[in-house]
Amino acid sequence: MDGVTPLLQVSRVNKTFGSVHVLRDVDFAVYPGTVSALIGDNGAGKSTLVKTIAGIHTRDSGTFAVNGTEVQIDGPKDAATIGLEVVYQDLALCENLDIVQNLFLGRERTSRGLLDENAMEEETRNVLAGLGVRTVSSVRQPVSSLSGGQRQTVAIAKAVLWNSKIVVLDEPTAALGVAQTEQVLALVRRLADQGLGVVLISHNMNDVLQVADRVSAMYLGRVVADVPVTTETSREFLVELITAGRSGDVGLAEVTNDDE
Amino acid sequence: MTNSNAGAAVAGEQRADFALDTASSATLADVMASSIARLRSGQLGSLPALLAIVVLVAIFGAVNPSSFLSTLNLANFLEQASSIIVIAMAVSFTLLLGEIDLAAGFTAGVSAAVLATRLEEWPLLPSVLVAAAVAVALGAFTGFMVARVGIPSFVVTLANVLLFQGVLLLLVRDGGSVRIENELVKDLVGANMSPGLSWAFVAVALVVYAGSLVRRRQASHGAIPWSIVVLKVGATAAFSVALTVLLNRNRAFDRAPEPIMGLPTVIPVVLVLVIALNLLLHRTKFGRHMYAVGGNAEAARRAGINVTRIRLTAFTLCGLFAGLGGAFLASRVNSVDPNTGANDTLLLAVGAAVIGGTSLFGGQGRMMNAVLGGFVLALIPNGLTLVGKRLLPVLGEVDFGSSGTKFICAGAALLVASSVDALSRKRVT
Repeated sequence: MDGVTPLLQVSRVNKTFGSVHVLRDVDFAVYPGTVSALIGDNGAGKSTLVKTIAGIHTRDSGTFAVNGTEVQIDGPKDAATIGLEVVYQDLALCENLDIVQNLFLGRERTSRGLLDENAMEEETRNVLAGLGVRTVSSVRQPVSSLSGGQRQTVAIAKAVLWNSKIVVLDEPTAALGVAQTEQVLALVRRLADQGLGVVLISHNMNDVLQVADRVSAMYLGRVVADVPVTTETSREFLVELITAGRSGDVGLAEVTNDDE
Repeated sequence: MTNSNAGAAVAGEQRADFALDTASSATLADVMASSIARLRSGQLGSLPALLAIVVLVAIFGAVNPSSFLSTLNLANFLEQASSIIVIAMAVSFTLLLGEIDLAAGFTAGVSAAVLATRLEEWPLLPSVLVAAAVAVALGAFTGFMVARVGIPSFVVTLANVLLFQGVLLLLVRDGGSVRIENELVKDLVGANMSPGLSWAFVAVALVVYAGSLVRRRQASHGAIPWSIVVLKVGATAAFSVALTVLLNRNRAFDRAPEPIMGLPTVIPVVLVLVIALNLLLHRTKFGRHMYAVGGNAEAARRAGINVTRIRLTAFTLCGLFAGLGGAFLASRVNSVDPNTGANDTLLLAVGAAVIGGTSLFGGQGRMMNAVLGGFVLALIPNGLTLVGKRLLPVLGEVDFGSSGTKFICAGAALLVASSVDALSRKRVT
């Protein structure tokens, strides 16, 4: 990735909750057209990092740069302004509303004060077709009638509807079956192929190896490795990074200088 | 791993797939099939209420055809149902959020008492404005306690039942009643349009209805076939023409001083209310956000919707329309007393909304449900009174007109309706 300006560059970010140092000098980059996987054990700091990027947590120190220009992210609105959308694990969909209504929730199109259903329906079809969604029979189906994979698709479509440049997916396949996981991974790949920067948080090494271009491993609040995914990248290598923070000559130095 | 070419190919193919959603014109059979599929999946909507109306009319009509099926009783029934319907629509605003307003009946009572006492001294317009303002204030107070202070609506409105009842007693000066002399307020429930005006109203309403269906058909890209439009307009036209023919006849008793004829004024009033509130709920951002908050408040919050403001507004609207319901209650008996809006008023209103198909769990329901459910709950006491005392084989003589029997029947209807709500939810999720 040398020579390419990252869409988002996170540099030396620190975050503490009381006496707990959750993020330690974290560096993380998102590149256009690339799926960057973020892996790590529970409590490694993945969610905190994402929430810091999304403006939900304020950082203690560190900088954010978008396309090489430093920006401030002090709230969810700032994150939306730079084109960053997060799809959380619980998806945040209203089951009683249909796909169109969910996609445009909070940002409905209106004409003369009334909802412009035609425009929203049209746009929904375009977005879903653009994402290659083949599993939804009608955009007017209520979300309660959709499968887990379809719901994930709707949540992702909702994130990309707003010309977002960076999409963060929090464990998108955690609750899905084999076929649905394939569909969602194909969708993740397609997002990157359309030029978006995709961050994939996952516990599933198969997903990471299948779809990611780069992988960053977090261990006790640090990013211990940021490496490209190649055909040689092995499952065992990733698991070692997660559980021990090092694998071979990648990761933390043999003797860590703990400052606690 | 899918490469970008394959992705583009899939996207192209998909565009074709999505055309299915737009280009195919559905036939009558398709629409019926999808309706049946929806019912099977547990989304019953207003069907139970419609069935209940048919069954109740059939039973009461068979037992006492001369009184129950008379045009006098038909008009009387519509007027009885009107106040239940209006307060049920008010409560629907809170039910849609998954909240409840147990004090809506007393909000109606207080607002009606303010209206009646102001009318003793003031002209109509300022009296109505003050009564409406009081209703809005009571609703906003509840909304503040629920949305800002964070007390569950059940608790807040339980306290309000006592609070508002106390205010009502103070306003009508214990035990007394305040008569209403203003003709316009008296005419809200009880007056009739002239036969000519009745026909004009029916004609306009049918044209507007047909127009809205045609517009919706155009917007549906062929998902609604013409046959459905024709069927709906035809059935509605036949029904309303029959109703107008019946009610345009003189329905007064033989020795009555003057004839009674024409459609009751409550029909256009309630109809306009239903249309206006439908527009608010289904065609505006506010309405969409109401359903979103009722369905998943956290998702609504993350979508940037001000959940607190939606809750506040919903309770305020509930107060306003409960106040209007109070005017209906007062107009029906031309007076306000400490029992206006008390007793079973609130229970019937909540019951009407739920029987009509509005969910107690939030996010599901329409204003039309309040109308259909209101019909069911007004039919029960109306019909039972006319059935009167009957000799039954095992039970001996039973007085169906007694309050006891009416309460038991209304309670049973409500239980059945909420069971349908709970069970159908189980099937969906």
